[in-house]
Amino acid sequence: MMKNENLVHYIYGIADNALILGQRLSELCGHGPSLETDIALTNMALDLLGQTRSYYQYAAALLGDGKTEDDIAYLRIERQYKNVLLVEQPNKHFGYVIARQFFYDVFHLLLLQELQNSKDETLSAIAKKGIKEVSYHQRFSSDWIKRLGDGTEESRKKVQEAIDDLWKFTDELFHMTEDDKLVFEAQIGVDVTALKQTYYQRVKEILDEATLSIPEIKWFQKGGKQGIHSEHMGYLLADLQYMQRAYPNMKW
Amino acid sequence: MSEKEIKNLEEIFEQRIARDEKIEPKDWMPEKYRKTHIRQISQHAHSEIVGMLPEGNWITRAPSLRRKVALLAKVQDEAGHGLYLYSACETLGISRDELYEQLHTGKAKYSSIFNYPTITWADIGAIGWLVDGAAIINQVPLCSTSYGPYARAMIRVCKEESFHQRQGYEIMIKLANGSPEQKEMAQDALNRWWWPSLMMLGPTDAESVHTEQSMKWKLKRKTNDELRQQFIDQTVPQADLIGLTVPDPELKWNEERGHYDFGEIDWDEFWQVVKGHGPCNKERLSARVNAWEEGEWVRDAAMAYAKKQEDKKLKKAI
Repeated sequence: MMKNENLVHYIYGIADNALILGQRLSELCGHGPSLETDIALTNMALDLLGQTRSYYQYAAALLGDGKTEDDIAYLRIERQYKNVLLVEQPNKHFGYVIARQFFYDVFHLLLLQELQNSKDETLSAIAKKGIKEVSYHQRFSSDWIKRLGDGTEESRKKVQEAIDDLWKFTDELFHMTEDDKLVFEAQIGVDVTALKQTYYQRVKEILDEATLSIPEIKWFQKGGKQGIHSEHMGYLLADLQYMQRAYPNMKW
Repeated sequence: MSEKEIKNLEEIFEQRIARDEKIEPKDWMPEKYRKTHIRQISQHAHSEIVGMLPEGNWITRAPSLRRKVALLAKVQDEAGHGLYLYSACETLGISRDELYEQLHTGKAKYSSIFNYPTITWADIGAIGWLVDGAAIINQVPLCSTSYGPYARAMIRVCKEESFHQRQGYEIMIKLANGSPEQKEMAQDALNRWWWPSLMMLGPTDAESVHTEQSMKWKLKRKTNDELRQQFIDQTVPQADLIGLTVPDPELKWNEERGHYDFGEIDWDEFWQVVKGHGPCNKERLSARVNAWEEGEWVRDAAMAYAKKQEDKKLKKAI
């Protein structure tokens, strides 16, 4: 039987992805390759952080112990963040930013399209609103995958390098934690394993069109959903949490 | 064109401005008018873009989700302002790439205030309150300037700036009413940003080289000293209201003038920063140059891809 706690963890699983990816994108604000891309990446960061807030506010209400969205966002320890490894990967260059975004967006849209049918009205409403935003994200990142893949020799090399490096993080998107399983059984959560085939099909279509190749990798990385993150995560959290840790219990 | 004909055109042009008519990109204009506008509009656009950096410095560390989202949106607005201003400038016959080139080589200036570091969260409040506050005072008169594209861009910019200013002041209110550490942080930020904000309104009238011509073309409606006085008169009561002290021992209300008297501005510091020797001049410029250089392969890819698509379409059509 699903308990409140399982649902809260399930929400963290989705929301932490949005928070961490939003945080990564917001590092780029003011440093994009052109004003137009700068504005677009910031837009996506804003969408993701907006979604994060809706999820955390709901989780805080479910917890009912006086915790706020900010307590959830800022005051957990690293092991308690449930985001996938993919979204915490650093902004090595624009090719990585786009490849990471693309891999996440395709998944994210499929997830929200299912989540909108959730029996939980709040999650369904958040998903419905998110679908509009994430459809745009997917279009943006797919278009850039094509531009970079079928652009110049250099851009093809760079984006292919990013695809090759990040591919190993895609499988984790389709893992189900114990919480995920219970919440799915309660007809609230999504069975992500069922999205896998469509996901790789869509990814392949875009990569083909971009004249990029799919890495021949058999070994994948996982751990984020259990709170076992990469070494990048600690630094990201140090930035994110700095103010709340240095000045505890204050209002901003 | 003969000298007499040019003189005639110039007269008609000046009369149009005197009648408050807008000058549009395709209209005839004196070369000096074009050049002055390119200089001022691009300087303004560059200030928006460089201005993203000191505030961007705190996005990843903003203390709450609400503040993070608001700051991101604010910095994004500045990118948007940069975009309209570059577009307005391009109507005068110069490309965005050329304008960037001028920024990156140090030929073009941007507002010196952005060469100061943002070292605490309160600096984000202080920038919104003081820097955007001073910017609005500078910019509101530009909504009715003579060059149409600039005036129209400024109407939009000013709306957003006044929102930013309120947002910055609201950060300061929260800090000033917060814990002793928060209040100290707010006071410290005011101490550091006050004088540079006064300098933002430009050199004193006696030192200002462009004022007379700019007044005629409605690029300026009030002198730097008048604007500075307006800023001080407006801001001091706002500081009083939240219990912060403006760091000027000579600041005093002058009943007779109906204005605040204030202390001497350190113009040596102003010129030091303008000439490139402020605390962050090098960092700001190199951040812009890096973003541009590291983005070159991305822009090239987009161009190459667009061309390939175009070629494909042409082939199909044939």
